[in-house]
Amino acid sequence: MNRIILKKQLSDDVFMMKIAAPHIAEERKPGQFVILQLDTDFGERIPLTIADADAEEGSVTIIYQAVGNTTHRLSKLNEGDRIQNLLGPLGQPTHIEKFGSVVCVGGGIGVAPLHPIAKALKQAGNHVTVIIGARNKDLIILEEEMKTIADELIICTDDGSKGRKDLVTAPLKELCEKNPKPNLAVAIGPPIMMKFAALTTKPYGVHTVVSLNTIMVDGTGMCGGCRVTVGGQTKFVCVDGPEFDGHLVDFDNMMLRLGSYKAKEEEDHHKCHLDLQIEQLQKNS
Amino acid sequence: MHISAEELKKNAQLILSEIKDKSLSNKERTAIPLQEMPAQDPKIRINNMEEVAQGYSREQALVESRRCLQCASAPCVEGCPVQINIPGFIKAIEEENFEKSIGVIKEASLLPSICGRVCPQESQCQEKCTVGKIFKDPNKSVSIGRLERFVADWEASEAKRSIPEIKPSTGKKVAVIGSGPAGITAAADIAKEGHEVVVFEAFHKPGGVMIYGIPEFRLPKKIVEDEIETLKKMNVTIKQNFLVGRSRTLKDLLEKDGFSAVFIGTGAGLPKFMGIEGENLVGVFSANEYLTRSNLMKAYKKDTAATPIYPSKKVMVFGGGNVAMDAARTAIRLGAEEVSIVYRRTEAEMPARIEEVAHAKEEGIKFRLLENASKIIGDEKGRVKAVELVTFELGEPDASGRRRPVQVKGSEHVVEADTVIVAIGNESNPLIKQTTQELEVNKYGNIIVDENCKTSMDRVYAGGDIVLGAATVILAMGEGRKAAAAINKLL
Ligand SMILES: Cc1cc2nc3c(=O)[nH]c(=O)nc-3n(C[C@H](O)[C@H](O)[C@H](O)COP(=O)(O)OP(=O)(O)OC[C@H]3O[C@@H](n4cnc5c(N)ncnc54)[C@H](O)[C@@H]3O)c2cc1C
Ligand code: FES
Repeated sequence: MNRIILKKQLSDDVFMMKIAAPHIAEERKPGQFVILQLDTDFGERIPLTIADADAEEGSVTIIYQAVGNTTHRLSKLNEGDRIQNLLGPLGQPTHIEKFGSVVCVGGGIGVAPLHPIAKALKQAGNHVTVIIGARNKDLIILEEEMKTIADELIICTDDGSKGRKDLVTAPLKELCEKNPKPNLAVAIGPPIMMKFAALTTKPYGVHTVVSLNTIMVDGTGMCGGCRVTVGGQTKFVCVDGPEFDGHLVDFDNMMLRLGSYKAKEEEDHHKCHLDLQIEQLQKNS
Repeated sequence: MHISAEELKKNAQLILSEIKDKSLSNKERTAIPLQEMPAQDPKIRINNMEEVAQGYSREQALVESRRCLQCASAPCVEGCPVQINIPGFIKAIEEENFEKSIGVIKEASLLPSICGRVCPQESQCQEKCTVGKIFKDPNKSVSIGRLERFVADWEASEAKRSIPEIKPSTGKKVAVIGSGPAGITAAADIAKEGHEVVVFEAFHKPGGVMIYGIPEFRLPKKIVEDEIETLKKMNVTIKQNFLVGRSRTLKDLLEKDGFSAVFIGTGAGLPKFMGIEGENLVGVFSANEYLTRSNLMKAYKKDTAATPIYPSKKVMVFGGGNVAMDAARTAIRLGAEEVSIVYRRTEAEMPARIEEVAHAKEEGIKFRLLENASKIIGDEKGRVKAVELVTFELGEPDASGRRRPVQVKGSEHVVEADTVIVAIGNESNPLIKQTTQELEVNKYGNIIVDENCKTSMDRVYAGGDIVLGAATVILAMGEGRKAAAAINKLL
């Protein structure tokens, strides 16, 4: 169980892994996530969205960016290696139905969790427009996969190296101004992107679902470490979410909470980078 | 003053040489001095995670056992939630037959090395003890818990632990959800009957609160791990990383996976917050989160563990139970400069074990009684910088007979703090209920059961904190037993 059956590097620091987990593959629905831990005694538990699953093969796919201690270590594992602990599927599945026209906005690595949702929305008979945003063309992931689903695909890069030189909020705004406007928006990406996507759709009254990726420990509702403020109420992302009404989420508080352990993370990040540099030097010599 | 273990042992030796071979009158027995629990020096222990209470020496146990009057009516047994034959096991200690002693305990309790450490004896067996009554002070009762721990530890150190006999396989399968004391006990008792048992546990390590909540310095994890090992040797399968309700629903277990019965022992894992302004600031934690990071995730080993824990200087813990004590004492060990426990009643009403309160004080934890938080104040980065407290006074007794704390008007005052830990209790985790419509729960979310721990669903039983609300290890164990007996009868 939990063996890595496929590993692909999607960009500089973004990786895709297919993991053998028949139970999770069978039960999971779009929008749900897993919690993964690399070492039973000293590893940390991190949430990762299930980007895809194949019940027949008994596998789930995760896509992650090597940014923290655990994702760095994960990126060093190879096909055949085992992940010690994998719990899932967790969280509430996305509410899928025929809404009419839907716009799916994915920023950076957020395109990964967006993909199964866009796919399910398409299968439910919606007209799906996908907006992908990235810093530059090398950081765009799942473009091909999205193409096969989307009725329309818009790509934005910060530097204009591919598609429009724009933030995702620009095409989103245009879509909201059209008649008829979208019946639903789904935005997944960095918190700051989700915040502005929600601010963009709000004046138009386009209901906007966001998927939050907070710090988690257990993922079962036991610790409250993942809590966020939604419409003035405290919610636990791991059991009440991960999806919420973007117009009600207090993103500023969420972003501050995400920075709770910044000092230690920076130290770890620094260590990881040193490791990488040393590796590189060793390779070169 | 701190008295070392060696000194306590020497004192006991002296006493023992005088009384050992004498037949003692009740008067002589009550004159024997109570044996203090040897403990790590507070100055030293606040810098480590090792167990604080070190356990009686053989000499101390032999002396303390002689304080028992062997009352025929045995009021202590009445106070014990699982009715251990207390005079019986103490008599065996007096006779230096420790093997017999542990056997007597195990007739009624499966987890003596754990219960001897964490049971609130002062409100159970020791509350009823005649010796305590004579002194009009339950703190002077026979130290039943310490003696229980002594024989349980003796058994472990002598490697005398045997695996209970298992009846021939019946071919029937039972699912146990949760691996806390309720689940462990139910699993063991059901496995003994020859049924196949699978324990499903959400976490990556089994043991429930005993692993993720109660700290190492109070309950060494090795002890819990040994219990789990015994369970495995009894052919019980433990499936970690399996959240019933998500990984699989309860009904699937019964209808698709071939389990003949299910026991739910999922505990009370839903932390309560205070519902005040500022509770989602950076630096505010539920005790569950804080303790899980430290215990289960080993964040106290700062160099090896990947899980971070918040660096704190001034910590305020809200609550007056064991959970609050554990959180405060963990914070001081992690290097906080000042840790206070804030409780809105007085010390007399604190639900924590007396020993934990005493240990916390020795370790320099401050107690702010008759106070509570009204607001948490953050800095420009959204981090806790202070707490606004209000003062209370005790008013008229409420329905439970405890005098109700009443807020003093205009008593708001602001106290500096960078970390707030909320330890005001747990409610029931609603996950299984949400994914199993037929399961009846009360307004607190606790699963409703009959006198045999049977729920509103056929073949489904429940026990422990998920039924009782946040309670105790011994009660969870007792319910696990009861449910197992009913399941064994059903199959
Ligand atoms: C910090 C702290 C200190 C305490 N100190 C004391 C003390 O000194 N003395 C004392 O007697 N009591 C103490 N208690 C209380 C005592 O620990 C509990 O009453 C007891 O552990 C309850 O046992 P349980 O088996 O019902 O549940 P738990 O021990 O809570 O175990 C439940 C287990 O079920 C798992 N689970 C939950 N939901 C699911 C699911 N859907 N699928 C799979 N697994 C699931 C959980 O992960 C957990 O491991 C303390 C509690 C805490 C939190
Ligand atoms: S991660 Fe612990 S409650 Fe959500």
